[in-house]
Amino acid sequence: MKHDITQVTLKNGMTVMLKEIHTAPIISSWLWYRVGSRDEATGKTGISHWTEHMMFKGTKKFPANTLDKSISRDGGRWNASTSRDSTRYYETMPAAKIDLALQLEADRMQNSIFREKEVASERTVIISEREGSENEPLFLLSEAVQHAAFRVHPYHHEIIGDMVDLRSITRDDLYTHYRTYYIPNNAILTLAGDFDTKTMLKRARELFEPIPKGKTPPRLARPEPEQKGEVRLTVEGPGETAFTQIAYHFPNATDPDYFPLQVFESLLNGASGLSYKTARLYRALVDKELAVDVSGWSESTIDPYLYRITITHRPGGKKTVEALAALDDEIKKLQDTPVSEEEIQRAVKQARAVFAYGSENITHQAFWMGYTSMFADYRWYTTYLKKLANVTPADLQRVAQKYFRTGNRVVGSYIPKSRGA
Amino acid sequence: MPTKKQTMSSLPSPQDMHKAVLPNGITVLARANFNSPSISMGGYLPAGAIFESDEKMGLADFTASSLMRGTQTRTFDQIYNELETSGASLGFDSGVHNASFGGRALAEDLPLLLKLLAESLQTPTFPRDEIERLRAQLLTGLALRAQDTSDMADLIFDQMLYKGHPYSRPSEGSIETVQTITRKDLQEFHRLHYGPRGMVIAIVGGIHPRKAVEAVEDVLGGWQVRGQKEAPPLPLLKPLRKPMKRHHTIPGKSQSDLVVGMLGPRRKDPEFMAASLGNSILGQFGMMGRIGDVVRERSGLAYYAYSSLHAGTGPGSWEVNAGVNPSNLGKALGLIEKELQRFVKNGVSKDELADVQAHFIGRLPLSLESNHGVVSALLNIHRHDLGMDYYQRYEGLVSSVIRADVVEAARKYIDPDKLVVATAGP
Repeated sequence: MKHDITQVTLKNGMTVMLKEIHTAPIISSWLWYRVGSRDEATGKTGISHWTEHMMFKGTKKFPANTLDKSISRDGGRWNASTSRDSTRYYETMPAAKIDLALQLEADRMQNSIFREKEVASERTVIISEREGSENEPLFLLSEAVQHAAFRVHPYHHEIIGDMVDLRSITRDDLYTHYRTYYIPNNAILTLAGDFDTKTMLKRARELFEPIPKGKTPPRLARPEPEQKGEVRLTVEGPGETAFTQIAYHFPNATDPDYFPLQVFESLLNGASGLSYKTARLYRALVDKELAVDVSGWSESTIDPYLYRITITHRPGGKKTVEALAALDDEIKKLQDTPVSEEEIQRAVKQARAVFAYGSENITHQAFWMGYTSMFADYRWYTTYLKKLANVTPADLQRVAQKYFRTGNRVVGSYIPKSRGA
Repeated sequence: MPTKKQTMSSLPSPQDMHKAVLPNGITVLARANFNSPSISMGGYLPAGAIFESDEKMGLADFTASSLMRGTQTRTFDQIYNELETSGASLGFDSGVHNASFGGRALAEDLPLLLKLLAESLQTPTFPRDEIERLRAQLLTGLALRAQDTSDMADLIFDQMLYKGHPYSRPSEGSIETVQTITRKDLQEFHRLHYGPRGMVIAIVGGIHPRKAVEAVEDVLGGWQVRGQKEAPPLPLLKPLRKPMKRHHTIPGKSQSDLVVGMLGPRRKDPEFMAASLGNSILGQFGMMGRIGDVVRERSGLAYYAYSSLHAGTGPGSWEVNAGVNPSNLGKALGLIEKELQRFVKNGVSKDELADVQAHFIGRLPLSLESNHGVVSALLNIHRHDLGMDYYQRYEGLVSSVIRADVVEAARKYIDPDKLVVATAGP
């Protein structure tokens, strides 16, 4: 975080963020669009992710089979992903070659073709992607939990979309989606690495500023009403291993409660990116032989989403009830008794280490500028550690009582139905 | 758009890579990266599955997984408490030849990381209750493997390709063998096979290389083990005389996985680079190469379809993997077999080869960007005896490959009439 960033808004409303880092001869470029699975209406679920796939099918200037080869030939790495709140495309290239990535992104913001034939072949690729996920018990469970947690808000459905929509979305649906959301005033370009800011900004202006501004698309948002009581569900499927997933409704990333909850997560399930064998739940469930694993995670989102804890049960599905009871006991302790200042400082040090590991990686640096801009701004990232350090034991106790209520959660159980091989 | 400002990093060279061999046989490799406030560490020692019997399959892996479950000075909880309090990580793994380890920490915590590594290697106590907890975790992992179409296709592929050879066995063992492994087996395996001879450790990050060597010497320099066993030589592998095909049924799954392949070169074989470039054209470059083009892009049959070359100490494998709808299994297999035939018959074009050569050379800065990437590079150089100047020679090694080399390597290994085909799914 010692590096300053430059942030500029182009005449067409597009934001450009730049961060010079001269530790390796590499530049990473990310283009972010404010559109994700939350923007999809019923009947069109999965359309953001499918549009992302279509962006690799080429333009007149960069036909499909030349796009990927051009990047790879220059020693670059590229990919894209779709989340609940955004769709992002990145290229990390040897510094001297980054111009190709910028040209490509400026071109495919306006000129992607979406041929009927390619829509048809990509339909089966995406169906195959979903079938691969459906092979996984935890995907099936997680999807069911999410459905139960959101009746109204479009966080209801999985990013990949429902099979019925993947079979019925048309080429025109996809193209309309593309033209609606892929406009400069709905995009952020983030660049990090071995460049000179002035020169790079000039080039970004040359390539992106001529793209005409569009009508800013409204975001779909139907606030989820408060859940009235605990929801329980079961999913049955092949296998021998039972899982339980417990999902608590959680605030969005800019809510003041978000930071105490990050510390809370660290105590309960360990810090993101590190092992978690001394986290409270691991000690209470795994060390006590009530489960073989327990892990948890939340997401930083625009609207309130979920904190999920997944328990992997012991062989034979033993002690599933006891494991959940032990989890409830641990949460109750945190609600009833303030934690020590030392435990909070431990969580802060863990976060500091994780930040240090991330700083080695230029792709990661460009990612964070854009990622945080999707739900807050870059200061969210630069002040993260400070905000964690300011959390008090009283804050923790308060958020434990406010969010970790049984009435605020969905409990899903995966029941294995071994059919014999 | 490179800047005039000087960037700090360049490719590892004999001038900035440091190598020391301690009197007890441990090799230490180090490279400084003062841009980084952290360090990455990795290494291995010859204590892999090659030493275990068929009846105790999974013993080497179980032993490696047990090392951090308690030592003479610290309990499992104390070990992880020290690590996690510092935001550091450390872990052990095991393969056919070696037990391996890796970790990272803030530079200030390197002594802590090395102390925990040294204790885990030298004085594990295999506490009974911890071993049973671990066993339950391993058995759950094996139950999940039995339900994973990709894992099971890989497993039966190795069983067919490497029949009668140690490479045919999954290093994590089976439910039956893991249930029979005793605490005494673990202690014995550790006593016979863990020692300083043949151990290698690499440290990269915000520390001076000489200090890194001293830090290793402080905690592991005094380690002596009498009678540390030599690994048995790998048996000869009989070449396949006919094609082989096997399906493993996992009911209720919505997707099947397939592996099609054959033996491949060892890392040290002279044709390795030509085969590696050829493989990239076949199933890696761009969107998963030619295989990705026919199976995914043109036919829409799979989300992933690619080829890979697994080249290590012993006979390698050359594999094509794909995940497809069960009803498309035959169609996908047909397309892959046709591509392999074309690859062997016609080789690669001048443009294709030029593309992947540029790719191999151009991607180096990215693969060596992180401390972890450099640790892997140092270990790779050492393990396969590639020479400290390997990255200086790399561009020449890649550029000197010509089309005839690629087709020769392809024909040496790929016989489209003797493919091993493994599938798993409903």
